[in-house]
Amino acid sequence: MKAHAGQKALLVGAVAVINMHKSTVAGLCLLCSGLPTVAGVLPDDRADALYHSYDGGGVEITGPSLLVLKNVGQNVALTGNYYVDSISSASIDVVTTASPYTEKRTEYSLGADYIHGNSNMSAFYTYSDENDYQASTASFGISMDMFDNMTTVTMGYARGWDTVSKVNDPDFSENVDRQNYTLGLTQVISKKMILEANYEAITDEGYLNNPYRSARYLDPSNSLGYSYEPEVYPNTRTSNAVAVRGLYYLPYRASTYAEYRYFTDTWGIRAHNAKLAYIHPLSRGWLLEGHYRYYTQNSADFYSDLFPRKDSQNFVSRDKELSTFHNNTLGFVVSYDVVGDGWYWIDRGSINLSYDYIWFNYKNFRDLRDTSAPPGEEPLYKFGASVAQLFISIWF
Amino acid sequence: MTLVNIKNPVMLLLGVLWLPACSTTVEPWVKPYEREYLADEIMRFERNPVSSAYLTHVYQAREGARGAEGATGGGCGCN
Repeated sequence: MKAHAGQKALLVGAVAVINMHKSTVAGLCLLCSGLPTVAGVLPDDRADALYHSYDGGGVEITGPSLLVLKNVGQNVALTGNYYVDSISSASIDVVTTASPYTEKRTEYSLGADYIHGNSNMSAFYTYSDENDYQASTASFGISMDMFDNMTTVTMGYARGWDTVSKVNDPDFSENVDRQNYTLGLTQVISKKMILEANYEAITDEGYLNNPYRSARYLDPSNSLGYSYEPEVYPNTRTSNAVAVRGLYYLPYRASTYAEYRYFTDTWGIRAHNAKLAYIHPLSRGWLLEGHYRYYTQNSADFYSDLFPRKDSQNFVSRDKELSTFHNNTLGFVVSYDVVGDGWYWIDRGSINLSYDYIWFNYKNFRDLRDTSAPPGEEPLYKFGASVAQLFISIWF
Repeated sequence: MTLVNIKNPVMLLLGVLWLPACSTTVEPWVKPYEREYLADEIMRFERNPVSSAYLTHVYQAREGARGAEGATGGGCGCN
């Protein structure tokens, strides 16, 4: 551990869980908008058991995700999901300003879909819990088939209530209110092509920064040449994202997938990402997918790797997720139908392996493990992450 | 005689209201019996919803952008 003088007072005695806030909130509502359904048709009964593993940048996260979806009668489908992140972190933030930590987050989701004519209504509730962050989210959605089922329109609304606390500081308690608005359109273009467009606006209000993370500023009085101060974020954020996706059936039995998303928010971040995939079934129940994804963003208005002095501006952040960076992902999925023709009460079952490798390259976030360089001239940070999933799906 | 008299606000309004009726004359061009390829599992946006939701979570935790991820991503305070 390398704790700097100014920072030490802030962190001593606390299990310094830098990055936890972000990973916590980001895990909410894995399935809160419901499983993909065709309006007017209930999804098939299914159960999924998934084990996930993330390893990159000094952070290891593993855990299960279990899902059960069961139709009740002709018009209702119920969904339950249990998800765990077991985190062991010695990330770049942690090793430069605090102590490695372990942490566990558990998430529970319950939902229902209701079919009426060509419409599908859904309601979901999700609760996520860890030792210093609790989050509840309720969401509602409706989708409608029209134009002889060539067009599906979806709308959704979600409201979230989070409570932020701080390890070893029982007096610290803050809240966050979240609202999401979604609009979607799925359109059959031809016998072999389908497109989907989605828009989502999200507004956050409350305590949006990480209570543990710090910003760095030039400090000639410190032997390192810099010191740390607590981050300060605006207490509101509104973002807009629009995405277009398409699937095209090739002249032989295989398909290609393309996706593009544009993102903008009131913190000054602009982001683009694109993805291409190729999906190819083989004989005897094998299905292969290869994909590539590119993501790029510019930094938030109040982000800096090194501020010129303490309290130099109202809002300060050194969160690398708010910096200028890009990443590239290369991945594959292999699926095998272990039960293709039914077995007792199981109609079909598949076993699947998914692997992705992500290369992160930061443009204005520096690697402070190199203490030989003058402040602000340390090498830029970069790292790679392995993301693996092994899961079994059964339909019954 | 023009179909919609844009100098007359009432006629203009009636003309605008008439447009959707016009659009209904466009027939669905892919018939239900022509959707064999579209019904194939390789033409589903979310073949593996639990896996897609997990990957959405992985990216949202490490990127500034959020939202509009499609069926498994939207509608929640995910960032």
